[in-house]
Amino acid sequence: MTDNEHEIEQPDERVPKRVIGTPAPGTSMLGTAEQAAAAAGGDVPGVTLQDEKKARKAEKIVALCFTITFLAAVAFIISYVVFQVGSPEATGTSNLALGGTLTVAILAMAIGIVVWVRMIMPKYALVQERHPMVSDDDDRRYVSETFLQGAGESGFVKRKLLRRTLLLAAAPLGLVPLVLLRDLDNSKMPGAKFNKLLRHTVWGEKTKDGKPLRLVVEGTGQPIRAADFNSPGGILSVVPEGYEHDLNALAKATLILIKFRPEELKDGVNKNWTIDGIVAYSKICTHVGCPAALYEQTTHHILCPCHQSTFDAADGAKVIFGPAARPLPQLPISVDEQGYLIAQGDFHVPVGPSYWERGDAEAEARMKGGQA
Amino acid sequence: MSDLTAVPKGIAGPSNFLDERLGGASALKRNLRKIFPDHWSFLLGEIALYSFVILLLTGTFLTLWFKPSMAEIAYDGSYAPLKGVMMSQAYASSLEISFDVRGGLLIRQMHHWAALLFIAGMMVHALRVFFTGAYRKPRELNWIIGILLLSLALAEGLTGYSLPDDLLSGAGLRITEGVAISLPLVGTYVTFFLFGGEYPGEDVVSRFYSLHILLIPGILLALVSAHMVLMWVQKHTQMPGKGRTNHNVVGAPFYPAFMAKAGAYFLFTLGVISGLATFAQINPIWLFGPYTPADVSAGSQPDFYMGFLEGSLRIMPPWEINLFGTAHAGTLPLSVIIPALVPLGIIMTGLALYPFLERWITGDHREHHIADRPRNNPHRTAIGVSAITFYGVLWLMGANDEISKVFNVSLNVTTYAGRVMIIVAPVIAYIITYRMCLGLQRSDAAIIGHGVESGVIKRLPHGEFIEVHTPPAEDLEAHLRGKEPVRMLPVLEDKSGIPPKGMRGPLGKLRARMSKAYGGEKIPLEEEHAHEEEKAAIGAGGDDRSLTH
Repeated sequence: MTDNEHEIEQPDERVPKRVIGTPAPGTSMLGTAEQAAAAAGGDVPGVTLQDEKKARKAEKIVALCFTITFLAAVAFIISYVVFQVGSPEATGTSNLALGGTLTVAILAMAIGIVVWVRMIMPKYALVQERHPMVSDDDDRRYVSETFLQGAGESGFVKRKLLRRTLLLAAAPLGLVPLVLLRDLDNSKMPGAKFNKLLRHTVWGEKTKDGKPLRLVVEGTGQPIRAADFNSPGGILSVVPEGYEHDLNALAKATLILIKFRPEELKDGVNKNWTIDGIVAYSKICTHVGCPAALYEQTTHHILCPCHQSTFDAADGAKVIFGPAARPLPQLPISVDEQGYLIAQGDFHVPVGPSYWERGDAEAEARMKGGQA
Repeated sequence: MSDLTAVPKGIAGPSNFLDERLGGASALKRNLRKIFPDHWSFLLGEIALYSFVILLLTGTFLTLWFKPSMAEIAYDGSYAPLKGVMMSQAYASSLEISFDVRGGLLIRQMHHWAALLFIAGMMVHALRVFFTGAYRKPRELNWIIGILLLSLALAEGLTGYSLPDDLLSGAGLRITEGVAISLPLVGTYVTFFLFGGEYPGEDVVSRFYSLHILLIPGILLALVSAHMVLMWVQKHTQMPGKGRTNHNVVGAPFYPAFMAKAGAYFLFTLGVISGLATFAQINPIWLFGPYTPADVSAGSQPDFYMGFLEGSLRIMPPWEINLFGTAHAGTLPLSVIIPALVPLGIIMTGLALYPFLERWITGDHREHHIADRPRNNPHRTAIGVSAITFYGVLWLMGANDEISKVFNVSLNVTTYAGRVMIIVAPVIAYIITYRMCLGLQRSDAAIIGHGVESGVIKRLPHGEFIEVHTPPAEDLEAHLRGKEPVRMLPVLEDKSGIPPKGMRGPLGKLRARMSKAYGGEKIPLEEEHAHEEEKAAIGAGGDDRSLTH
């Protein structure tokens, strides 16, 4: 009984000092109370000095960090001399040595300074007043009065002729920098011609002897004999003969050449422009111009890896998925007397991405009785 | 060593020399002990700042070897697989930096990593400023400078990315051209002027070079300086807390503590970037080969900050219209224009206008120096998360091919999912975030009303078990009580219920309704009250102080 009574009278003793999983005395789970400045005995309010014993310990850590920086920086210089570059392996080793020592040097110094700030410098909770950004009324009044006075003195308001001619003068002067930029386009052609240029590719050109351009394999420059390109489902990346290294020409004229079984070709393909089931499409995607470089044999899908526009190669490269709005233009091809593939002429519609002046060139070509 | 008692001669002499000529002491007097408040989220912007400094330093190093020329040469460097291959001088010199200059690869990779960190740092910093309402008066101008910085940084990234003239950078350039030429009316002009004629021409690398190393960084430097000056003059915002008011700043002085911290933080940024450049390969241009418009590698990806534009291009349906019939000019490739301009426009314009829209809706014209906790302005936070979701969906869709590959789903399905998600996900994000904010506000109210759960179970004399709640720590309570209801436009209807003049039209009514929804106290801190038993328990606990403080 007595025990019981005792416990009821002193209930707080049954509150344990610390329960596992609860915050230790002096802390809260939701934030540590800032140590009161007065407790540590700093002279200046808001500046809490560090315990000297801890600070002395911290100094040793800082010194260690700075020494590591010294050693690592020396190691960097040595690595620079020792490790030569050249082959990928040597460059890799040099990169590892230089980067590793630099990283260690810098991080050690950073850590050293942090320890210095946190464990040697005092803890601060200094207070400074803020003032509203706005200037006081007197200053504002003075400025506006001065402004009016100056405006009056300058005569800018009163003298209309001066003011208007100044504005007049400023207008063309502002245009000068813009005008100067006109020759950014090196060809200096009138803007209306841009469209004409974009509509044509080098496939419309002839060789020096006046013959149509041959189709050659990208990379090797080999002309292609129709009879040799005979495995259905085969695909080649093709460029115009003589323009293998002309990037401007390639940006419009690169082709994707696909061999079909004749029965696989659907109505979208202009069969007059094919040879033995070999079809040539522009490789430049009609979306934003990436090379549509991927081909899936079983489905005859051409896929642009940039934005995944998908074209059905067996059906005139019409769009079946993705953001491209128009089919890849087909190039009319044929063979020369030696059996090599040649271009019959240029594309009938502009290749590559759409632009303002383009119009619906496909519909236009159809109206003229042709096919895109 | 004992402390200094007098300024040593080596410092006093030059200082005196300078002060007699420049009079710096009065400025130093005001600023040496300038107070900087402390919070981890205030460090995010510094990452961007220090990355910018590192970009300037590493970039200058790279210019010493880089040749911004598209002239074709046969490669004659030490990277064997490309020996004799025709390539532009720009690419050849990028290879030279990578393989023939000691430390060149390290600095090149540091430059690239620093660029990523620069933009990532700006983004998270902008989010911090947004969610804490630190853009409010008087800091709107600095906010706008920040938006400009971010936009310019994207342009700086794009121009820099294109310089090495390898196959990957060329793919990015080609897409840039495709986007530029799609612009209505001026598209062909823009591309012909940019590339000096037809794509790719021979000028774009040298033009991008002067933009990348001179014009854009010059503007960036000026704007960064302005950003710093405004921050310095207007003083930093601070989180709500004990002793912190709208009229003071509590924290550490610039000299010596903040200065040393900032120095250490610069070194951390530099150290991390150099560590990344050492151990994490980035942009191995020698693997891609020289640029040719005829080739592209599958899985081409831009740097992360361009990913959202890439994604929006990918999920766009194939729309294209011809305004004036077939044979005429007037082609609008909507499948390019919309994804290239609209998301970027929504995000950048939205960010730039937000402070002014918020002020218009809330009618709050006061200066704000105490940062909001995101939960305490739930609509703002929900709008922000909604925008992040919008951006995030686009960004994910920029890698839809990789997602399809990794998770083995059809590419078409991921694209269709992206088209739906871009509309639906931001709405869902909005709702969830808004509810979460209210929930967090309730939990704050519970802490104020009930106290903190102590984990101590007590049995009351009549046999009931209760958990002892203790009052929250002083600083925690001050932090919570820093909450302030979002302002609302005052309701000034006259007796017959007619609103004041500016609030009558449809726009005025909309404004009043938005203000009512946006502002106001959603969950008052005093909403919850401690139950009698708990209070009794706290009282009876007697020694509960030991549990909190």
